[in-house]
Amino acid sequence: MGLARDASQDDIKRAHRKLARKYHPDVSKEPDAEAKFKEASEAYEVLKDPEKRAAYDRIDPNLKAGQEFHPPPNWDSGFEFRGGGFTGAGGSGFSDFFEELFGQQGFRGHATYGAQFNAPGQDHHAKVLVDLEDAFHGATRSINLQSPELDEQGQMRITQHTLNVKIPKGIKEGQQIRLKGQGTPGMGQGMKGDLYLEIHFNPHSIYRVEGRDLHMQLPVAPWEVALGATVKTLTPDGTLDLKIPAGANSGSKLRLKGRGIPGKPTGDIYVTLSVVAPPANSEQAKALYKEMASTLAFNPRAKMGV
Amino acid sequence: MSKQTVLTGIIVEENSIFTLAELSRASGKPAEWILTLVEEGIIEPVGDDQSHWQFRGHCLRRVCIVQRLESDLGLNLAGAALALELLEEVEALRNRIAILEQ
Repeated sequence: MGLARDASQDDIKRAHRKLARKYHPDVSKEPDAEAKFKEASEAYEVLKDPEKRAAYDRIDPNLKAGQEFHPPPNWDSGFEFRGGGFTGAGGSGFSDFFEELFGQQGFRGHATYGAQFNAPGQDHHAKVLVDLEDAFHGATRSINLQSPELDEQGQMRITQHTLNVKIPKGIKEGQQIRLKGQGTPGMGQGMKGDLYLEIHFNPHSIYRVEGRDLHMQLPVAPWEVALGATVKTLTPDGTLDLKIPAGANSGSKLRLKGRGIPGKPTGDIYVTLSVVAPPANSEQAKALYKEMASTLAFNPRAKMGV
Repeated sequence: MSKQTVLTGIIVEENSIFTLAELSRASGKPAEWILTLVEEGIIEPVGDDQSHWQFRGHCLRRVCIVQRLESDLGLNLAGAALALELLEEVEALRNRIAILEQ
């Protein structure tokens, strides 16, 4: 947490609160926010408790003041968590390093529950990245998830599993898919918990998504906007002829109704025209530009008064 | 579990209705806590009497975020409710910026 080795408990709490607010996965948009948040939470979990802090100090006497606390990599994406917050109640969300240090005492009791005990399993939540095209056509995607599970000894283990999941046509960014019975098995006669997958789209090279609408830039030639033209444009469903009205300009917005993400109602595609000047890379091209300059007497800065 | 099976789920925000008990289980918090969210105006039930309260699908996300803000950052409910609204606004603005910067 960037603290000196002799930091006071108050300093530690302040530093943790700052980092937690900065990197909380619900708040931060930084790509590795979740890992950083867990890192800070782990460090705080150790340092806030004087006994644990002493144990930590003993275990790693070579740690220099201000040295960073490194959790193992790759424990932020595709990680399922329960309804206990990203901090994880009792350590299920913590890294192996942390568990080695302080054990898994929070879970040892589970195996001793009698057969009479019935309880529904816990629900799990995970974030999943899919392509925009999947929302257009629907798709089946195999999704890798890591989740903490109890083994026969009642110990928490991180297990990997793969699920083939149908991505429903028309799903929007941030919506969740509920998979019944894919959470933790219930105890006794209890039902299995559910798995919730929160869907996010991979960044797209052409489209920005807003609800079911898509926004895109379309490069056009000066004469296409000046004279009007029918040009080819892309949609996730394939190419399409787009009619550009005469007198359009750079920044003009055209709407392709009903060409966005399908649903009720189906979204639209908003095309913003972006005029590209052809390069003057030949004598002919230069002559054309010179002719325009002399014939058109055009001052694009007329509105600025210069 | 067979790897060939394809799981089909439902879109929570569109086709789902939760009971108080389901919402409680999905968030890992007691039903009493969910009720305090209703009192705070964070989520709105449909239906009149408390034993038949139902919640629309979009409530789940709000409940989960508030629960995490509370447990991870030590926010109280009023603070979490405010943060939630501001976060939604920031999200919309960020998206707007991404479109404009295209």
